[in-house]
Amino acid sequence: MNEPVFWSLKETIKALADKKISSDELNLSYKDRIKKLDSKVNAFRYLPENLDGIPAAIKDVIITKGIETTAGSKILEGFIPPYNATVISRLKAEGVGVIGKTNCDEFAMGSSGENSAYGSTKNPWDLTKVPGGSSSGSAAAVAADFATFALGTDTGGSIRQPASLCGVVGLKPSYGRVSRYGSIAMASSLDQIGPITKSVADARLVLEWISGSDGLDSNCVSSKFKVESSKFKDNLKGVKVGLPKEYFAEGLNPEVEKVIKEAIKKLTDLGAQAVEISLPHTQYAIAAYYILMASEVSSNLARYDGIRFGKTRDYFGPEVKRRIMLGTFALSSGYYDDYFVKAAQVRSLIKQDFDNAFEKCDVIVGPVSPTVAWNLGEKIDDPLKMYLSDAYTIPASLAGLPGLSVPCGFSEGLPVGLQILGKYMDEETILNIGEIYEQNTDWHKEKPKL
Amino acid sequence: MYKPIIGLEVHVELKTKQKMFCGCPTDNFGKEPNTLTCPTCLGLPGALPFTNQEAIKMCAKIGLALNCQLAEKSLFERKNYFYPDLPKGYQISQYRWPLCTNGFLMVADKTDEKRKIRINRVHQEEDTGKLLHPGDQTLIDYNRSGVPLVEVVTEPDFTDTEQVKNYAKLLAQIFRELEVSNAEMEKGDMRLEANVSVSPPGSEGLPNYRVELKNINSFTFMASAITYEIERQIKVLESGEKITQHTRGWDEVKKETFVQREKEEANDYRYFPEPDLPELRIKNLESRIKQEIPELPNMREERLVQDYGLPSSSSATLSASKELAILFEDSVLLGKSKGITPLEISNLLLNVSVKNRPKDSLATISTIEQSKSGIIDDNNQLEVLAGEVITENRRLVESYKSGKVTVIMALVGMVMRKTAGKADPLKTKTILEKLLQS
Repeated sequence: MNEPVFWSLKETIKALADKKISSDELNLSYKDRIKKLDSKVNAFRYLPENLDGIPAAIKDVIITKGIETTAGSKILEGFIPPYNATVISRLKAEGVGVIGKTNCDEFAMGSSGENSAYGSTKNPWDLTKVPGGSSSGSAAAVAADFATFALGTDTGGSIRQPASLCGVVGLKPSYGRVSRYGSIAMASSLDQIGPITKSVADARLVLEWISGSDGLDSNCVSSKFKVESSKFKDNLKGVKVGLPKEYFAEGLNPEVEKVIKEAIKKLTDLGAQAVEISLPHTQYAIAAYYILMASEVSSNLARYDGIRFGKTRDYFGPEVKRRIMLGTFALSSGYYDDYFVKAAQVRSLIKQDFDNAFEKCDVIVGPVSPTVAWNLGEKIDDPLKMYLSDAYTIPASLAGLPGLSVPCGFSEGLPVGLQILGKYMDEETILNIGEIYEQNTDWHKEKPKL
Repeated sequence: MYKPIIGLEVHVELKTKQKMFCGCPTDNFGKEPNTLTCPTCLGLPGALPFTNQEAIKMCAKIGLALNCQLAEKSLFERKNYFYPDLPKGYQISQYRWPLCTNGFLMVADKTDEKRKIRINRVHQEEDTGKLLHPGDQTLIDYNRSGVPLVEVVTEPDFTDTEQVKNYAKLLAQIFRELEVSNAEMEKGDMRLEANVSVSPPGSEGLPNYRVELKNINSFTFMASAITYEIERQIKVLESGEKITQHTRGWDEVKKETFVQREKEEANDYRYFPEPDLPELRIKNLESRIKQEIPELPNMREERLVQDYGLPSSSSATLSASKELAILFEDSVLLGKSKGITPLEISNLLLNVSVKNRPKDSLATISTIEQSKSGIIDDNNQLEVLAGEVITENRRLVESYKSGKVTVIMALVGMVMRKTAGKADPLKTKTILEKLLQS
């Protein structure tokens, strides 16, 4: 474990500062590992020649100047952007470089990675399983130690769910915490860029780097996330942890439930108080999400007309076409009030659910995904079944809340993630709790055998 | 009598420094195509809009100048349609939640009677790029893409073409005096669309159709198109046929309107709230924006009638130009002690050509004083008289031209006789010399 590729971001920064390793040596060791092992995982879409700085894996929906960016779609094959996303400029300013663009579901639409037009990414823990999605390659790259950390995007769970299925840390910040400028839009009112890392402390640091307004994303708040020393030193005394009964109901795999319950016991052992809460509109979340998200998709993807860049619209994959059709329908005159407006009302109710719940607790805890990673191909022909795998991540997305996935055990030899949801703009508390949990468990030290 | 029913939609480009949602400059007239663009106004993947507050203030200013209410809650919305000059595949516009609503403007119709034209809404949107068609090619210039555009929509309150003309002129003048746009039609700063229908004699309410006149880029053409369209529709209805809703353009060569699009082809724009932009909050700025609104031509017109007792037609002409109105009021102030009335001043200012207009209040007053004291030194007037004398005295003119220049004094004498000795002799001589040498 002394190889640089196994270091966390914080360890890597220290090693570089102490001149234990040069940036070139660091990049070379990652490059070698990727060369040796990525043919099995298919985490990367594109690997730039010139490497410099701390190697980060960047989801292919994030715009990188001069580096091909395709959003996992054939329609953008060969598209080399003339500008950088805000997060990329900010990472560069911190001495971070792009080691590669990671594979993902086309335009971030999917929960398994199988919707990429460039072949599925495999789960490093079991190459016959999906890595989750849509930030599939980013989560797999961190799990397989192909990068010090990664950036993903989360619209309905696309950071948290693959992080959970690949046994790494994933943070979806509050909506408006990180500028979306340069993140190829899927659903603008939901999309958020966030880190996928080897430790909670790393996620905290990356969030500090990339957060804050840039004058380019009108919905991004001015306050930058500041790393503060934890309020809770080494225990969780005084923390109220809300357990939504709807997240422990039918559909949750019993083995996964067992792992999650153990993790909750660990939190209470550390001093936290568990309170049962209810998020009564949870059952409507997926339906509302698929109307609102698809509506925005149908509009956001209109710019791919093949005139200024990219190819013609017949290069869209089937899931993308499905969502464009759904969204176009939901916005059409005569249907708008029954679909879009209704879904927007449900969204308000879901927000209210969380507001009410947070009067009784500081954070909400539960599973990220109802199951561990499933077999490649298992759900690809059944979109509805695939959509249900996001049942626990979508509500917080609709409410714009921050969510963290922390490794918390294994079921059938595959990683399980614990989801910690926080109040709006309160990443601090979920990171604190995640960090204390991490320091008191060894799950994050487990590595897949590639 | 058939009654024409006309509604107008006016688009005006704002002269903000920067575009509506990005930092690119708006001043694109005559610029190299596609040089004033960025990822946002080119609609590149990942780029986002960021609202230009200067434009929002200007839009609110226009709304308040047109007696509108500012909305408590206003949103940007997406108007979705495909067209090559629309890089995002949607236009950021407003539909359900416009910034300003329920205004009005008093506009003179063909009988010179002022009537209320209700303003339905004033909303903010962005302009598209431009298609160019050299030879058999089509090229796209995105320099104009994202320039702030304000749309002013009236209720169908116009009843004749004269009123439409007066409205458009007044609106353009208001835009210029608010300093929100140059409002030059020929540069495309201001664009007009009209909805025209006619109501048969004795019928109540609005007709069940309307014809949209679109893509007419000159104001004169629009006036011709409306006049033509009213007559055409009356003829069609007289013959017992029905008119369906459709869009027409103007053929300037044939001097007639022609069908552009039938209703069945109408777009469903699938408007929905723009998720990239937050709600607009402007109500709290209302009083501050109101203070920035100067006296506008319509307000001025009323005031000149009230303050100086001018006839409303004189007041209208004086008020239509800010400079002229200022010259008038300065002259009134100066003329007061000399016993010169506002009416005398207004008569002078309205009866000279723009070229010969006195350059300031001092000149205005001295012109009036001189004409009162009897000396005629008005160049125009003297020129006319000198011209008459020259044609009437061919023989004298010939001898002047053959070198006998002293006869000029005889010609001056002729002019003096015509004016009963009131012509300024020195000036008359100079004018005669000039005319004879030309």
